[in-house]
Amino acid sequence: MLPVPHRIERVRRETRDTFTLELAPVSGAAIFSPGQFNMLYVFGAGESAISISGHPGRPEKLVHTVRAVGVVTRAMRKLKRGDSIGVRGPFGAPWPVDLSEGRDVVLVTGGIGLAPLRPVIYHVLANRNKYGKLVLLYGARTPADRLYTREFERWRRRPDTYIDSTVDAAGRDWTGNVGVVTRLIPRADFDAANAIVMICGPEIMMRYTVAEMQKRGVSLDRIFVSMERNMKCAVVACGHCQYGPHFLCSDGPVLRFDRIAGLFGKREI
Amino acid sequence: MTVQSLEPILAEHPFCEGLDPQDVRVLSGCASNLVFRPGEMICREGEHADRFYLIREGRIAIEVYTPERGQVMIQTAGAGEMVGWSWLVPPHRWRFDVRALDTTRALALDAECLRGKCEIDPRLGYELLKRTAAVFAERLLATRLQLLDVYGDNS
Ligand SMILES: Cc1cc2nc3c(=O)[nH]c(=O)nc-3n(C[C@H](O)[C@H](O)[C@H](O)COP(=O)(O)OP(=O)(O)OC[C@H]3O[C@@H](n4cnc5c(N)ncnc54)[C@H](O)[C@@H]3O)c2cc1C
Repeated sequence: MLPVPHRIERVRRETRDTFTLELAPVSGAAIFSPGQFNMLYVFGAGESAISISGHPGRPEKLVHTVRAVGVVTRAMRKLKRGDSIGVRGPFGAPWPVDLSEGRDVVLVTGGIGLAPLRPVIYHVLANRNKYGKLVLLYGARTPADRLYTREFERWRRRPDTYIDSTVDAAGRDWTGNVGVVTRLIPRADFDAANAIVMICGPEIMMRYTVAEMQKRGVSLDRIFVSMERNMKCAVVACGHCQYGPHFLCSDGPVLRFDRIAGLFGKREI
Repeated sequence: MTVQSLEPILAEHPFCEGLDPQDVRVLSGCASNLVFRPGEMICREGEHADRFYLIREGRIAIEVYTPERGQVMIQTAGAGEMVGWSWLVPPHRWRFDVRALDTTRALALDAECLRGKCEIDPRLGYELLKRTAAVFAERLLATRLQLLDVYGDNS
């Protein structure tokens, strides 16, 4: 599968190291499900797997939020409006938005992990009466590292959501919570017996979040995590993203936790 | 004026969940009901730790002062949580500053009164120790995760 050229319509700086690209396909938009990702190809630099962070109901505007960490993503940060970028995709297993119908939807995320979950928020808000409570618990490094702050505030003000956030470190001018995201779980307002939990963040954060969810009484088959391991081909050919018996580019990145519980946190995997 | 017993309020607090009603009664004899304004200092590092707090409403910040960075927030805590363990561990001095972020309602449990009751009734002492240890463990784990800087540049 060859990269399809897309034009960069807009670049938005989110934080010190994170930015959002809005892309328009040169021909035909691809429909995607929340949680799916594209392989973005920067000509001359290489390719990276990046989740789609836009509205699944508006696929004509392809949105990606990227944290500049290395060769490809730093090259991506240099791109400007009007530049071209290659796109292969969408790939991967989505978040369980269908299974979540009629239930409370609980999203726990940290850092850049909010980006792959944002399409779930859009989907639930666009189909509000199909879902129970919408809970979003978000952890960031510092107040300045929080993503989508204005939009987050709009979600928080809605009467039909439970939204809470925290940062790992803050100065005295910060009036929000300080501490890890797992500390928000005990007081979050949802029905553990009837909730689907979706977690996206660094693996260690996901590990502790699962433990805290178990304490709340959520069973492992209703917890989903996003396993973002190194990806190359994205079409189950190269084996780069193999995780135990799973190929994360097609079985994942979203996996039901009980299916990987034995692998999760194992050092040699 | 009638003085309302704090027993029912105490019994409702998660720290007392599953506690024998008799024990709740004993604890309520050491409890007082307090309100702090936003920004008010609840305790300061180095001062005598003569009580601990069960937060009923609002939020507090646990802070430490460093000459280089000024006042640094370590963690915040809210309704349903317990704050303060220095009352249990000699030399009974606060190790952190605690400041109210919002209007905060809390039950304060007098340390000397409680220590006295625990010395007389070691079973109650052990029960309180288990509950306080669970809070220690949870805070320690959270602090370790914070130290790992999981969203930082090197993770
Ligand atoms: C399914 C999937 C979805 C993803 N979604 C997003 C997203 O929405 N936004 C985003 O910014 N990133 C996302 N990532 C991570 C992104 O693919 C990597 O950060 C990127 O490929 C790094 O490439 P690079 O050349 O810039 O860095 P490199 O030069 O290859 O590496 C630089 C540093 O980044 C680390 N790194 C490399 N790959 C990954 C990875 N897959 N996960 C975490 N750290 C990595 C390396 O260990 C190294 O420390 C996703 C990854 C996967 C597998």
